[in-house]
Amino acid sequence: MWRKLYQWLEERLGLSDLYKSLLDRPEPKGNWWNTLGSASLFLFLMQGLTGIFLTVYYTPSPDHAYDSIQYIMTGVRFGWLIRGIHHWGASLMVLVVFIHMLRVFVTASYKYPRELTWLVGVGLLLLTLGMGFTGYLLPWNQKSYWATTVGTAIAGTAPFIGEFIMKALRGGSDLSALTLSRFFAAHIWILPGLLAALIGVHLYLIIKHGESAFPDKDD
Amino acid sequence: MTDSHHISRRDFIKLATIVGGGVIGTIIGIPGLVYLLDPALKSEQGETWISLGPLENFEIGKPTLVTFVRSRVNGWEKTSSSYGVFVLRKSETDVVVFSNLCTHLHCRVNWVEEKRAFVCPCHDAAFDIDGNVLGGPPPRPLDRYEGEHAKIEDGVIKILFKEG
Repeated sequence: MWRKLYQWLEERLGLSDLYKSLLDRPEPKGNWWNTLGSASLFLFLMQGLTGIFLTVYYTPSPDHAYDSIQYIMTGVRFGWLIRGIHHWGASLMVLVVFIHMLRVFVTASYKYPRELTWLVGVGLLLLTLGMGFTGYLLPWNQKSYWATTVGTAIAGTAPFIGEFIMKALRGGSDLSALTLSRFFAAHIWILPGLLAALIGVHLYLIIKHGESAFPDKDD
Repeated sequence: MTDSHHISRRDFIKLATIVGGGVIGTIIGIPGLVYLLDPALKSEQGETWISLGPLENFEIGKPTLVTFVRSRVNGWEKTSSSYGVFVLRKSETDVVVFSNLCTHLHCRVNWVEEKRAFVCPCHDAAFDIDGNVLGGPPPRPLDRYEGEHAKIEDGVIKILFKEG
């Protein structure tokens, strides 16, 4: 019965090919440092899942943002756990993505034919930092308010277009409800959408080229 | 590898991944589910006794409106609502407490002394002094606080008010 069902699906979906190319592909000899890409992917999925859970109670308005997070931490069972994972996972993700980049640099894995994988990876690193920057404002406490004030003011120091960038980030000349809601939109829709799309390209390129072997003395 | 191994290294890793992932998934998954369903699993606030004032405050034979405000906390939001009841002291010791909500569409009724009736401003419904329907659309008499929902304690009238 199950065999027949599997056969039916297999003929139409090609599951075993998918399994072979995704999970059963040949790998060069490596070490634990080679797992950081997968770790980054796992953290992205974890952040996505816990983030979706947080939006169930979080409200992106100056009147309610702080209180709704207090409610998540004290009023909802396991709210502390979900938010804790999201909070610490965010820092961990920046760290893991960065060390992943260092590993690729040290093992020279960015060279032909993987230059595009590297470039897309740079985009992924920047987007990850963007997620950290926008997510930091959402609790709407003193620390996040002033961190965002300073962060957007730094963007404002760019010559000529600085003030425009700052106003675009803040949604006006000051931090306001508009800032909070556009940071929220960026944090849950725009940046994750871009991240997911670029992760797709990144993974496609990795599967297409396979992982690079460590360079030896002749290289 | 010797023949004594019944499971290959590869299969062992696969199995360990599935079992480990399953355990971690369950440990995180169950709290996740509780988190999502938390408001449905909580019991709403119960009942409270509301004191309407001492017996001698009320004139015999004339319904008097008593209002009170109750606040409710939903998540991080606190809302206050005001409620009203009519207290009718029929004799020295006999007291009836009516809800002031019309039984038709829950508009608030007023006591009109000239007509000797509770009149609803929405659809001209009228109730007599005992809460019985005199005219208009209401399907049943005014609701009363009676039996175990009302008491007189140390000369003070109290009703058992249901939150929500």
